[in-house]
Amino acid sequence: MSKLALRGVTRRFGAFTAVEAFTMELAEGEFVSLLGPSGCGKTTTLRMIAGFLPPTEGTIEMDGEVISSPASSLPPERRGMSMIFQSYAIWPNMTVGENVAFGLTVRKRPRAEIQERVGRILDVVRMKHLVDRYPQELSGGQQQRVALARAIVVQPSVLLLDEPLSNLDANLREEMRYEIRRLHDEFRITTVYVTHDQAEAMVTSDRIAVMNQGRVEQVDAPRAVYARPRTRFVAGFIGRTNFLEGEARGADVAFDGFTVPAAGFATPPPSRGLLSFSLRPQSIQLHGRAPGRGDGAAVVAGRVIQRAYLGEHWDYAVRPEGSALVLRVSARPHEVFEMDARVWLELDPRQMAPIE
Amino acid sequence: MAIDAARLAAGAATPRRRWRHFDRSVLIWALLVLVLLVLVINPLARLLWTSFQHPDTGAFTLENYAAAYGRWRYIEALINSVVVGLAAALLCVAFGVPMAWAVSRTDMPAKGLVWAAVLGTFIMPNYLGAVAWILLAGPNAGWLNRAWMALTGAGAGPFNVYSMPGLVLVIACYSFPYMYVFTRGALDLVSSEMEDAASTLGAGILRTTAKITLPLVLPAILGAFIVVFLEAIALFGTPALIALPGRFQVITTTLWQMFEFPPRLQMAAAYSMPLLLITVYLFWLQYRIIARKGYVALTGKGGERRLVRLGPWRWAALGYCLFVTSLSFFLPLLVVLQAAFAKAWGRGFSLDNVTLRNIRFVLFDQPATRRATLNTFLYAGAASLIALGLALAIAYIVARRLVPMGRALTYVAMAPFVIPGIVLAIGFYAAYTSKPLVLYGTAWILILAFATRFLPIAYTNSDAALRAINPELEDAARILGGGRLLALRKVVGPLLRRGLAGAFILVFIPATRELSSAIFLYTTGTQVLSVLLFDKSDEGNFELLSSMGLILVVVTVALVLVGFRLVGRDFLLRRTAT
Repeated sequence: MSKLALRGVTRRFGAFTAVEAFTMELAEGEFVSLLGPSGCGKTTTLRMIAGFLPPTEGTIEMDGEVISSPASSLPPERRGMSMIFQSYAIWPNMTVGENVAFGLTVRKRPRAEIQERVGRILDVVRMKHLVDRYPQELSGGQQQRVALARAIVVQPSVLLLDEPLSNLDANLREEMRYEIRRLHDEFRITTVYVTHDQAEAMVTSDRIAVMNQGRVEQVDAPRAVYARPRTRFVAGFIGRTNFLEGEARGADVAFDGFTVPAAGFATPPPSRGLLSFSLRPQSIQLHGRAPGRGDGAAVVAGRVIQRAYLGEHWDYAVRPEGSALVLRVSARPHEVFEMDARVWLELDPRQMAPIE
Repeated sequence: MAIDAARLAAGAATPRRRWRHFDRSVLIWALLVLVLLVLVINPLARLLWTSFQHPDTGAFTLENYAAAYGRWRYIEALINSVVVGLAAALLCVAFGVPMAWAVSRTDMPAKGLVWAAVLGTFIMPNYLGAVAWILLAGPNAGWLNRAWMALTGAGAGPFNVYSMPGLVLVIACYSFPYMYVFTRGALDLVSSEMEDAASTLGAGILRTTAKITLPLVLPAILGAFIVVFLEAIALFGTPALIALPGRFQVITTTLWQMFEFPPRLQMAAAYSMPLLLITVYLFWLQYRIIARKGYVALTGKGGERRLVRLGPWRWAALGYCLFVTSLSFFLPLLVVLQAAFAKAWGRGFSLDNVTLRNIRFVLFDQPATRRATLNTFLYAGAASLIALGLALAIAYIVARRLVPMGRALTYVAMAPFVIPGIVLAIGFYAAYTSKPLVLYGTAWILILAFATRFLPIAYTNSDAALRAINPELEDAARILGGGRLLALRKVVGPLLRRGLAGAFILVFIPATRELSSAIFLYTTGTQVLSVLLFDKSDEGNFELLSSMGLILVVVTVALVLVGFRLVGRDFLLRRTAT
């Protein structure tokens, strides 16, 4: 049985539909991210799971029991969940220790147990030495750790995180991503994580649900979301990409200026009709001389019309000969091509993801 | 997304699940909303109902209105009120606007002193000001008359406070701080660039001020004019002390006389309706004037501001400010202090006239005054706590949308703001002297009336304090299993403490000096200082009156100082607080 299930969950505010027919199931111990631009409905979804907001349609179930429905919702305090907020929401009137102990005190655990568990969790997030400090005396990263400790120490049924890293500076943000994943690996709490940062979602998650304008576009493992985006939005939102419009003509798929054999695609395309593909810049090989044609890849001659050196890689824009297309290509630092140079693009159809 | 029938069935809640999901704290919110509605709506509804009720039979009738408006002296009192209100408001413009301009826009010296004197004026209860002015300008015996006689050798002084001009002056003295605060708030937002734009075109300081600056702050002046007018016509203490011995009547004194035995409640209710309607209408108008767009200058940031250099005229400006505050603060304080510590105030300022007897008498010796002093602070404290508790709960309910139509509750909580104290008191009298709930004769009717009267102050402050707290702090407590009430107690409450202490003081101060509603609702044993002070005024024992007033002033000053520490220097003279 799934731990948490959303079935056709919809939320409207007046005429505006914030979330539309969200359906997803989370397994026990799974870490799922809701990823999307601001205003896509991810935080609304999270607040419905938490019980702060009832759905307009659909139900949310936990352990097979309905906890949210349009008719009635279990109040947040009786869901046994934990949540980490964008503002951390560390209570300024309590010390670090009191903040972390709150959930256990509410659950009426014995004093000794509370003390022991608070000490242990503060040790895990490396905050034990600051147990008697007040939040105003802590840095942003330390407050973040307190928020994590406070949420985890109660061993919640589900852990919810609402853009927890967006107020941190870049270095700290990167460190905390791994910290969150490390804590998940240690405690295996079923987690829903809201973010607009794709790297954050990729580092932390077992699966990512990409949302756009209230709808779920795709739910998949991080690699699949990147390598096999199903919609134009997902392909464009996660990383950079080239969109290719083609037409299936029996054995070939014809693009503007070149064709690719249909047999080479990972999933065979239909024999007729217009098709769209996403092709990542780093999935294209650049060559200074025409390469031998191997395993179904298409080779297309073109010219470099723009280039930029970004340290970790080169960024080229190449126009295939006789075509109006411009393809973005990532190349390794030593693969140097001059402006206007003639180059050969090796396009691997297995890397071309069909999109809606 | 197909949702099969079984799933749909799961979505439809069974009664059992509904109950399990039910947030029990909703019951508390519903109860509090009910308390608010009863507290505010019931007296008003009963007032309206009573005004149409036959005194003996209780049947519907228009007779009360006919009786209330059928006699010339009642109409005359109405006219007097309007004249006094308009004259006092005009005088406030003359007092307050130049002062506000001098402090805000010029290099006048000693601005701190002027600010302190205005604050002092604000702190002085207006009926104490009236007592002071009786000491200053009472016929013959008043200090100003005596000084005049000493200077000119004349047989009689020219001043008589027991007159229409006297009443207007005293009311203006204690209302002009509103004018000052409103105008100054607007002036502080006018940028020098606009004035510069005029002066580069060749306009002088006076011309620029008259043509550019003043029109920009005109809405604020108009708004304050309305507030002062309403304050003046709703005032009871000052007219009762001055107009009654002067043998003329205003609305509030007429209402009071209708309550002399046997009380003619129905007639008073009918007679108070125009006061209520005028007040509601003018407050609405004032709101419209202040909120009007088009005066963009006042909505943006101040921009660069430079002070107008007055040269030698800055001393003239200071002179004017000191003249006004002498009338409102320095002279009254002087004569009140003298009387409070004098064996007989008429014997003057010599040392052998000084005594602590009066203060001791009020605080310790006389059971009636001792009781009244205790009652004053007890009732004010209880009323403040009730007002604040209720206001906070309502503000919270509105902010978190805990009940449908929550925004309407804001209007209910703010409604007493536009109800004159005396009208509210008549409403309370009408509502709680008969069954089902008889509170008349107990302290509760005073406490609840005070709480209702100052509920708007409590509400605006609670609302502001609540908005300053991130709702996520509360959400965090709830998701960890806390529940709303625990979240309020452990998280929201402690964080609100400081803001609420300031709000408490802002409610407590006016509640300690409230007279116009207390005068209708007290009985033997539930007298407060303000009522006792008014009661004793016809005995002519001004030493005792001054002592009682001084006790109120001293307590207020102490509270204001605490408020400064908690909230900051502007907390009493903010526009929102007035």
